[in-house]
Amino acid sequence: MAKPFTADPAELDRFREVQQLAYRCAETVAGGLEAGVTEREVADRMRTWLLDQGVDDWFHLPFAWFGDRTAFRGIRQPLQFFPGDRRLGEEMPYILDCAPIVGGVCADIGYSGSLAPNPTLDLVMDDLQAHRSLILDLVRKRRSFRDIYREVDRLIVRQGLENRHRAYPQGVIAHQVGRLPDRPGPRPLFRFGPRSVRWLARTTLVAGRQGWSPLWNGSRRSDHPPVPGLWAVEPHLAFRGVGAKFEELLVVTEQDAFWLDEDLPHVRRWAARATTVPTPPEVPVP
Amino acid sequence: MTLTEPLRRDLPGPVPLHLREWGDPARPTLVLVHGYPDTGAVWEAVAGQLAPGYHVVAPDVRGAGASGAPARRSGYRLEELTGDLLRVLESVSPDRPVHLVGHDWGSVQAWEAVCDPRLEGRIASFTSISGPPLDHAGRWFRARLAHPGRGGLAAAARQLAHSWYVAAFHLPGAGPAWRVLGPRLWPLALARLEGIDTDLHPPSPTLAGDAARGLALYRANFTDRLRRPRPRTTAVPVQVLLVGGDRFVTPGLLEGIEETAPDLWRRTVVDGHWIPLTAPEAVARWIAEFVELVDHPAGPAPRALARSRVAPGVPRDRFEGSLVLVTGAGSGIGRATALAFAELGAAVVAVDIDGESARRTAELARLLGAEAHHRVTDVADRSAVAGLAKVLAAGLGVPDVVVNNAGIALAGPMLETSGEDWEAILAVNLGGVIAGSREFGRLLAERREGGHIVNVASAAAFTPSRTFPAYATTKAAVLMLTEPLRAELAGSGVGVSAVCPGFTRTPIVTATRYLGVDRAEEDRPRGAAERLYRRRSLRPERVAAAIVGAVAADRAR
Repeated sequence: MAKPFTADPAELDRFREVQQLAYRCAETVAGGLEAGVTEREVADRMRTWLLDQGVDDWFHLPFAWFGDRTAFRGIRQPLQFFPGDRRLGEEMPYILDCAPIVGGVCADIGYSGSLAPNPTLDLVMDDLQAHRSLILDLVRKRRSFRDIYREVDRLIVRQGLENRHRAYPQGVIAHQVGRLPDRPGPRPLFRFGPRSVRWLARTTLVAGRQGWSPLWNGSRRSDHPPVPGLWAVEPHLAFRGVGAKFEELLVVTEQDAFWLDEDLPHVRRWAARATTVPTPPEVPVP
Repeated sequence: MTLTEPLRRDLPGPVPLHLREWGDPARPTLVLVHGYPDTGAVWEAVAGQLAPGYHVVAPDVRGAGASGAPARRSGYRLEELTGDLLRVLESVSPDRPVHLVGHDWGSVQAWEAVCDPRLEGRIASFTSISGPPLDHAGRWFRARLAHPGRGGLAAAARQLAHSWYVAAFHLPGAGPAWRVLGPRLWPLALARLEGIDTDLHPPSPTLAGDAARGLALYRANFTDRLRRPRPRTTAVPVQVLLVGGDRFVTPGLLEGIEETAPDLWRRTVVDGHWIPLTAPEAVARWIAEFVELVDHPAGPAPRALARSRVAPGVPRDRFEGSLVLVTGAGSGIGRATALAFAELGAAVVAVDIDGESARRTAELARLLGAEAHHRVTDVADRSAVAGLAKVLAAGLGVPDVVVNNAGIALAGPMLETSGEDWEAILAVNLGGVIAGSREFGRLLAERREGGHIVNVASAAAFTPSRTFPAYATTKAAVLMLTEPLRAELAGSGVGVSAVCPGFTRTPIVTATRYLGVDRAEEDRPRGAAERLYRRRSLRPERVAAAIVGAVAADRAR
């Protein structure tokens, strides 16, 4: 239920822990990947790993996309998002996406990588950094969610990339997550947790009456100032057949906003690469 | 043009040969063999260009010019001509192999020489202009006639229509006809049909005799070689110049020539059979580039030469080895076009007034596997465009494809459009295209190896609308300057296309300035335009594909 949101530090700590757990899952499974493994096998590995860590419900079961499926090539209908038989190749990009719930506390994360170095993937992942800053900056300026969505689109065009979050259900760049009662959930249906879907549906209904939407996209329904709460933000970019995303929780309060955690794999990666990307010179004058 | 006077001397022998020699004998030796009914004088302009760097020798072939003539027709057989060439080589470069160049019949006999074991090791390279090996021509005709159904007959008929003169040369009376009519009619024909300045290149005083005697070249060799073509092959590196607009030899005749010369470069050039007279600078450049490549294989090869390398069985991308320049390449149609060419194997130069966005386009092109460069240029600045052309010509090379795409948009009523507004949009949309077309059009025409200019106009060029009169005016002007330019450059082998895209979703929509409304109010029409463009949803990639298609198929529009 859409209760007034208070950024209670203890509560945020719990969300941060679950988000760390989810990213640990992605990093661990990614570390064990080998060429030839299928999307389905990798999604199952994430699921097993998380269940072993005490996960008792799901916002959604883990997803894995390989190769040009990271750019959602050839995906026309929702079932095609589900993990399939595509086998991982050395230079293929991959995306791991999982959303475990522990004790009613939800995480939703996205993790990109490849086995062998892939320069295109590196570029797209580097480019995500500007989006993380842009989104935070504009939320702090209390720009409407729809405006922010469009500013992100403009940045994508400047970067020469494609917006791939538009392929998500409702084309969302982010969605709200909330606190569920602390008990195990029922079996997921079509990979989504029934309790989470019910929560989202109810929130959507209530929010609609209040003039906002828990689904943040470029439509008129997102034309409202930032709404306090926890938002799982997932910009998803691609160049040709290579897609990458991150997904993490943004904490929006009445006055301010901040990323729930700064110690995440993609943030650490940008810091490590900051000094190593050279700029090529102009056409040399002979 | 002042030409270096050649040293002239005679090579004694049963049939004495007359030689013209230029340059320092210590330099690499080039032997240029003339065709029919010319003499070594046909090479004077080319040799003048080459003389500073090379030792250039142009003999008069037996029966022509100041050389001796055999008494019998059998004296003109290819074997005898090869013997002559051997004598020349032994005299002018006894210790080092020479670079051979042949034009017309000179190329026919040079092909014979490079395939002859007697000259093995004596020839470093061969540049062939408008003259196939006769054995190849024989095999070519026989293969076409063996499969008349699959276009073979048509191809054979086409070449025969160009080769009418060979048949005519076999008619009795051809000799006397040459002697009587040649001196008067030949210069006229050259001037009228081939556009040769006969004051600058007067026919040889020996023309009538040369032409009549030279008929024996055809009569002594054609029937035998066409009827019984022998398999010939050579290990010498060969550069074949496929001359567009050649009245006498169709490029099709050289299909399959790699069977004769597996180490082959095939370069398409323009224009006309007597290209050594009409474009001596270009011919000298093609010869010198190839000689340098053969003598210094590790050195950098010019892009056009590297591209012409024939590697059978290796699939090639459509634009592999081409250099493509796109203005306004930092966004929208320009960026999509640069990337589309990059995907087809071209090297690209992304030019934009915004350096960061141009750099980005080049970076994306490199990710597609292309060689890519970027450069900041304001196309509204004529001298900047001229500078860009100069920098490219001196460095990366003359771009094979130039896409004049940079443009800005302006909306609002005519009466609200100020003088400064007009100047700004005319300078970019029209001035930029004019500057790009002139600078690069000149470079492309001069190098005589084809190329293409694409000017991006707009559907607005056909749309009188009160919404964007200034923009539409500039685009209509672009269209109108492009189509005459196409006609003008057609003779130089340079294609020109205008592309007129409709409403395309690019950043120009948001960058459009709206006149007649307050700055703050501009968002209202801009939002409306954005909605319209979103609904139309013509992606820049589709326009880019149309541009690539216009270049590939040389479409006017």
